[in-house]
Amino acid sequence: MPNISRDEVAHLARLARLAVTEDELDVFAGQLDQILQAVAKVGEVAAEDIPPTSHAVPLTNVFRDDQVRPGLTRDQALAGAPAAEEGRFRVPRILGEEQ
Amino acid sequence: MTAVAELMDYAEVVERFDPVLGLEVHVELNTNTKMFCGCPTAFGAEPNTQVCPTCLGLPGSLPVVNRKAVESAIRIGLALNCEIAEWCRFARKNYFYPDMPKNFQTSQYDEPIAFNGHLDVVLDDGEVFRVGIERAHMEEDTGKSLHVGGSGGRIHGAEHSLLDYNRAGVPLIEIVTKPVEGAGERAPEVARAYVTALRDLLRALDVSDVRMDQGSLRCDANVSLKPKGTAEFGTRTETKNVNSLRSVERAVRYEMCRQAAVLTGGGSVVQETRHFDESTGSTAAGRRKETSEDYRYFPEPDLVPLAPSREWVKELSATLPELPWERRKRAQEEWGLSDAELRDLVNAGALELVAETVEAGASPDEARGWWVSYLAQQANARGVEIADLPITPKQVARVIALVAEGALTNKLARQVVDGVLAGEGEPDEVVAARGLRVVSDDSALLAAVDEALAAQPDVAEKIRGGKVQAAGAIVGAVMKATRGQADAKRVRELVIERCS
Amino acid sequence: MSSDLTRLTAAELAEKIHAREITSVEVTQAHLGRIEQVDGTVHAFLHVDTDGALEAARRVDEALAAGEPPASPLAGVPLALKDVFTTSDMPTTCGSKMLAGWIPPYDATVTRRLREAGIVILGKTNMDEFAMGSSTENSAYGPTRNPWDLDRIPGGSGGGSSASLAAFEAPLAIGTDTGGSIRQPGAVTGTVGVKPTYGGVSRYGLVAFSSSLDQGGPCARTVLDAALLHEVIGGHDPLDSTSIDAPVPPVVAAAREGASGDLTGVRVGVVREFSGEGYQPGVLAAFQRAVEQLGRLGAEVVEVSCPHFDYALPAYYLIAPSECSSNLARFDGMRYGLRSRENGHSAEEVMSLTREAGFGPEVKRRIMLGTYALSAGYYDAYYGQAQKVRTLIVRDFEAAFDRVDVLVAPTTPTTAFRIGERVDDPMAMYLADLCTIPANLAGNAALSVPCGLSEDDGLPVGLQVMAPAMEDHRMYRVAAAYQAARDDAEGGPLIHRVPDLEVTAR
Ligand SMILES: [Mg+2]
Ligand SMILES: [Zn+2]
Repeated sequence: MPNISRDEVAHLARLARLAVTEDELDVFAGQLDQILQAVAKVGEVAAEDIPPTSHAVPLTNVFRDDQVRPGLTRDQALAGAPAAEEGRFRVPRILGEEQ
Repeated sequence: MTAVAELMDYAEVVERFDPVLGLEVHVELNTNTKMFCGCPTAFGAEPNTQVCPTCLGLPGSLPVVNRKAVESAIRIGLALNCEIAEWCRFARKNYFYPDMPKNFQTSQYDEPIAFNGHLDVVLDDGEVFRVGIERAHMEEDTGKSLHVGGSGGRIHGAEHSLLDYNRAGVPLIEIVTKPVEGAGERAPEVARAYVTALRDLLRALDVSDVRMDQGSLRCDANVSLKPKGTAEFGTRTETKNVNSLRSVERAVRYEMCRQAAVLTGGGSVVQETRHFDESTGSTAAGRRKETSEDYRYFPEPDLVPLAPSREWVKELSATLPELPWERRKRAQEEWGLSDAELRDLVNAGALELVAETVEAGASPDEARGWWVSYLAQQANARGVEIADLPITPKQVARVIALVAEGALTNKLARQVVDGVLAGEGEPDEVVAARGLRVVSDDSALLAAVDEALAAQPDVAEKIRGGKVQAAGAIVGAVMKATRGQADAKRVRELVIERCS
Repeated sequence: MSSDLTRLTAAELAEKIHAREITSVEVTQAHLGRIEQVDGTVHAFLHVDTDGALEAARRVDEALAAGEPPASPLAGVPLALKDVFTTSDMPTTCGSKMLAGWIPPYDATVTRRLREAGIVILGKTNMDEFAMGSSTENSAYGPTRNPWDLDRIPGGSGGGSSASLAAFEAPLAIGTDTGGSIRQPGAVTGTVGVKPTYGGVSRYGLVAFSSSLDQGGPCARTVLDAALLHEVIGGHDPLDSTSIDAPVPPVVAAAREGASGDLTGVRVGVVREFSGEGYQPGVLAAFQRAVEQLGRLGAEVVEVSCPHFDYALPAYYLIAPSECSSNLARFDGMRYGLRSRENGHSAEEVMSLTREAGFGPEVKRRIMLGTYALSAGYYDAYYGQAQKVRTLIVRDFEAAFDRVDVLVAPTTPTTAFRIGERVDDPMAMYLADLCTIPANLAGNAALSVPCGLSEDDGLPVGLQVMAPAMEDHRMYRVAAAYQAARDDAEGGPLIHRVPDLEVTAR
């Protein structure tokens, strides 16, 4: 069924924010195609009337109370940051706008 | 960059097109803690001081739902006449953006907690317009970015950005209307009235600070046009950055005029995000996305489904306060207002202020008189919301009481109010400091009356001859002599007494 | 003396430490010494915390000397922690370049419970990058070697944990099991690996691969040791919404009961679907002998069919990559971890370049597979269908557990394969998880216990025992009975037949 093209792999890589190389595009196209052929098997059994299972254990309504819990200090929060400035995470210029 | 969009004249727009609106409002809840972690939500804290592994999206961290936020969501849904889901889930909305710690937003997708409701909106002339509510769902807010370099903190031309995640994870309720059709030329007004009504409702529910200026209430306006007589919706635009009630109206009106010009010029409307500019009142296209949006929603595996029991929903329903329209109806009945009087009161945004003034002892008519006229003018002149005037209902009630006691004339009372507004203290302090108390000591007044009668013997003669209406000249002279602090009614009585 | 200490079980060590026959510091030093000697060859550890471990051991000894009762039945015993749990005093890399040197500002709940129990954390163990793999070859820091044969893989993703046990570098270890990453490494190294019921062990601080499948669990050389560790790390955690709010199943009692060697009245179901083509004959033979052994212990053995288990592998390879594509989105070089050089690039470009540089090929492959499966237009055919298969597998388990108390199968179709043998063939690699995946999809409990050596290559084989959700104790009883009987019959623990490692400096 699936026949995943190089372009489609490039599109997926863009969606997934992976700057894949030209070589990788070819390798992944082949491998993804092979894997997708195999996993497409799920289509053979799962019938209309079968409800999906998203969670292994059927729990509902798990809440916490609206009470403040100690979090991280600013130094802890920024300790792992590649760059920080004025108590904030410093990142390169952002091109796109907020969603 | 000077390209100004061609606009069609509004009258022509509404003659040729029917606007269709879709309003998306994001409300930040006023819970103590965030949606999925125990970090505080207070506005204005030092950057990155209200964060934890969960709201920073650190590897290994997990969300746990804030019960209060769910309760607020259900109460909002009930107040909007929605159905409350018996079972629903959170979903992940996947997209990359630096202000979003996990690069997905935990939101709700095809299973919102509340759906299929409506809100009745009262327009300026009292007409009621019903806005359908598609859904109200729960999600989390993003962090905030500060753009450094370039011009004025704008994203374009910035050299780098600084991120603060204090806001990341603050609970949001997104309220989405059904397509709003049939508003015709009143569409911009309907949009503003809807957001206003929603704000009042949320305020009455006490679920949010509803401050558009601080971003705790944010509105995105979807606008499309369809030529009169056609059924199919046109291509819509989504205008963001609409930061005040007035802007909601202006943005919708602008988009209608712009799209009409595009359509009649043979062009087609581009489906895009646009940004409203407060200073020019216009909208501008956002950056076009290279790839189409594909959020790859799927059920959030780190959270279990939500199944609000009907008992819980009923309990929450019992906690709903009197809602704005119920409140209005009650005020009208209690205070015996005509429809027009009620409308003026509501339009002035003074209903609660009047109620509190009445509560503090004033008569409803007096209280309403002050707020709807003099104080409304003052607010207008200062360009602030009437509720933000620096005078309390209690202070207004005290002024009204002083007039009723005869200690102030209406004219003096306005001076007292001016003094309070100027920050000179309580009404009694202003009276004392400015020396505004009515002169009611008859002996002092009599001396002034005698002096005036002596100064105008011809007038005095006329009064003595029975021409009572001539007394006005003497009263005027006395008032002038006492710099307006005398009670004119009493002065008149004394003049007639002296001349009989 | 030191070398002897590394051969003891955790239960034996704890007993001696608590009786103050030996100190925790001595035990810890013995294991640190062993790591020093053999880990240069095995490469089970990514980080060894000598000072921290000795300090923790000293505190246990001091508390015992002061007459305090031990903080837990395992207080003072050393442990190897899979590098996928956050530790505030050690790096947490998940075997990825993306997180090289990252020291989290918080402890995972499992980490915290270990510390509170007085368990001495020796260091962090190697793993397939972000737990994706069945061989530990996908670690950015090089493969771990199987102490049974250094040219072979120790299983994965928790190959560092299983190898540390088989190399006597630690008597206890922690793993995580998303599709078999505790059980399959256990099987191929002749050790015990347990995947508790989903929700039985907190995932807070476990760096997520596939949230609805991931489950932390104990690794040890004996069933009893695993049970003791299970009770330390298990139990409800309010920080994990999917954590089950119920007492930990009585696994230690069950392991002790099982060790008495009687399985009378226990109904054991052999899963028919897990045999035949693709299974190494030596593995099937060892498994068959184990089943016969269970029968001799009094168990009633029947064959059970779970027809949808054949679809578990494809469903898994849709669900796990889908969730991983979302879970791993946060690694973008903005807040922590690797950031590729900026060179005037925009944030968006730096994100893509960072992810390109920081992730290995298997991680990228799964991210793309998951991105595809969740995409508009493909969701229903792939992710949606996989979720339905999941329902069918849950139903198969329910039907089976109506008839039997536990199910058994080989843990993995083959013994340890050679390093490099399957790296270029993802589908062949994925087959290693064939028998373990159904329990992850359904969320029930499963473990692997050594069941002898394969006749064809002399390498260890694992017996998988599966139990219903929150009935973890059932499989402990069966596994403990089996292990005791096998060790008796064979004249000692299987693990003692692991070849001596050449001692080299690390
Ligand atoms: Mg939203
Ligand atoms: Zn937080």
